[in-house]
Amino acid sequence: MIPNRIQDLVQTLNRVCDSLAPMAFMEVCGTHTVSFQRSGVKSLLPDNIRLISGPGCPVCVSPQGYIDAACEIASYPATTICTYGDMLRVPGRHGSLLQKRADGADVRVVYSPIDAVRLADEHPERAVVFIAVGFETTVGGHAAAVLEAQDRGLDNFFLLTSQKLVVPAMMALLAEGEVCIDGFLCPGHVSVIIGPNAYVPVVQTHRKPCVIAGFEPEQMLRGIIQLVRQVAQHAARIENIYPVAVRREGNPVAVRIINEVFEPADSEWRAMGTIPVSGLSLRTEYQQFDALERFDVDLGPDYDAPGCCCGQVLQGKVEPRDCPLFAIECSPSNPIGPCMVGSEGSCAAAFKYGHDGTRRACISSDRR
Amino acid sequence: MSTSIAPRVDTSEAISIAHGGGGEMMRRLIDEHIIPRLGNRFLNPLDDSAVFNPTNKRTAFTTDAFVVQPLEFPGGDIGRLALCGTINDLAVMGATPIALSLAIVVEEGLSFTLFDRILDSVAETAAEANVVVATGDTKVIERQNGDGLIITTAGIGEIRDDANLGQSRIDEGDVVIVTGRIAEHGLAVLSVREGLSFQTQIVSDVAPLGGLVASIFDSGADVKFMRDPTRGGLAGVLADACEASNLSIEVEESSIPLSPSARHTAEVFGLDPLTVANEGKIVVVCPVDDADRVLQACRTHRLGHHAALIGQFKKEEPSLVELITEAGGRRIVQRPYGEELPRIC
Repeated sequence: MIPNRIQDLVQTLNRVCDSLAPMAFMEVCGTHTVSFQRSGVKSLLPDNIRLISGPGCPVCVSPQGYIDAACEIASYPATTICTYGDMLRVPGRHGSLLQKRADGADVRVVYSPIDAVRLADEHPERAVVFIAVGFETTVGGHAAAVLEAQDRGLDNFFLLTSQKLVVPAMMALLAEGEVCIDGFLCPGHVSVIIGPNAYVPVVQTHRKPCVIAGFEPEQMLRGIIQLVRQVAQHAARIENIYPVAVRREGNPVAVRIINEVFEPADSEWRAMGTIPVSGLSLRTEYQQFDALERFDVDLGPDYDAPGCCCGQVLQGKVEPRDCPLFAIECSPSNPIGPCMVGSEGSCAAAFKYGHDGTRRACISSDRR
Repeated sequence: MSTSIAPRVDTSEAISIAHGGGGEMMRRLIDEHIIPRLGNRFLNPLDDSAVFNPTNKRTAFTTDAFVVQPLEFPGGDIGRLALCGTINDLAVMGATPIALSLAIVVEEGLSFTLFDRILDSVAETAAEANVVVATGDTKVIERQNGDGLIITTAGIGEIRDDANLGQSRIDEGDVVIVTGRIAEHGLAVLSVREGLSFQTQIVSDVAPLGGLVASIFDSGADVKFMRDPTRGGLAGVLADACEASNLSIEVEESSIPLSPSARHTAEVFGLDPLTVANEGKIVVVCPVDDADRVLQACRTHRLGHHAALIGQFKKEEPSLVELITEAGGRRIVQRPYGEELPRIC
């Protein structure tokens, strides 16, 4: 039984879309990508709406050199790597963190960076390195961990950072102009931190509608409806349909501790190269927590496995199913690129939940 | 992070290597801790094998190893889990268990208090399921960063004459019934392991299912296939049935029994409840006309109150499990690929 309000929203969406030219909206964040597919909402969208997945999966946008550096540090003696589970299986040039663990490296999955701080406190004889990937949503937790480590006087806790900012990536995609985007569905959780005004440059410079929505089916449908309405009106506004969580000023407490520990910096993205002021690095006062400094490791060059389209997929230039490796050589059980690994990865979502309307599914290909 | 490691005590209150050495210490372990709890006419002689008279019925035989951490979790412990795992593997083949084996590998240093609690739990579960532990073994391994206690059980059971089960029997139009709320075992274990506490604690559903299975057969329904959705969860069983039958399965998400607390906990962990392990549920496939009998049999049994019809087999190409979501959309359901990993955001 379909809940009435969802039915109503789908009807509204069909009505507002009627007789409009095809539109393409980018859901910037991997959480939206997954929610659209997992909830089945993607299958309810009218034919003239296309969703493009953006560079919002933190695992996917971390450049290859970063993965390789993490694996290199993992093989050092008396070193413990703490990571979110997603990063474990991302293939590097010389194996993944999971393979390093099988080879005897101490690699642990944690749910929170504070767990890594605790571990460092309990094991002063080991260097504990936290794999700090993520957008504004997770970076606050990384900052809190650094402050906690400082409070505890730890000299064996480090961050290997690949922290990204959402808006600069959106701006870079628009500036490049290769992907045709009629508007952005902006992530609720990131917006909770940065506030709606963070999207002003997108609206002012590129005149693209931005609608901030949560991750429930109703929120996502309402977000798409508002985007369509703006397109129909030739408008470009920031709309917040998630005011329960997203406040005008964002979350000043989180922003303050982020700014206390990190500073904006140029950052390298997988396949997108270095985007000016698109990342967050440790401030000079907190350099002693930087794993790259401590281990004297360099981030190697970026790289995609031969045939792998992850770099194109994460920019919305290629659909997961159009990658020649999708569900043939590359599957969640044997991922070639990061988009097939991360729980927010577009390829993983397409593989796990994907339904393209023709009942074509990847299950049979994976059974080869 | 894993912080709940089994308590270890450095006194005579703890198991030592000598308890596994085959000598006097080992004999005391058996006489003072095992026989008083698990003793029966097959086990008590402490012979090298238990001896049975063959029956003229078809016999099912199965084995499973258990390594859960923490050893005790809300709703159960490794002892209950080890018995139920094997009993249920027999049950879903239509077999009534005759006897089980129990092999325990203990890490040196495990406290006798905990060891005894787990043995008590084994005894209670065996009594509940009306089955004996007919033979067993204990080994002690050196202290390491291991899991404290590993149990392997095996079991034999007599298959009911009226059981005619097999995925090859599944036809178009047959329905899928699940006997209760899903995902509770996996979420209960994960919650304690990660130190998360919620207002409503999730309790493992681990339970011996022989009685429930008997009720289902006694209802007279033509049960075609049964499986307990343990590791891999409901998604794994559905994917297997779909692949083996070469039919598609259309599943209605809103009819899948799931408690609100399990739904929220799964959300916190970023897990799909369909892929989370159960230890006290059965997926039953039967003809649509027999669905009411199966549902009635389940709902009048204490372990099947929340039984529900969740889906139906369809002849559609290619064969896949398709979920009609609560939002009214459609997506596919795949077998999970190994370890479910905590998400980032």
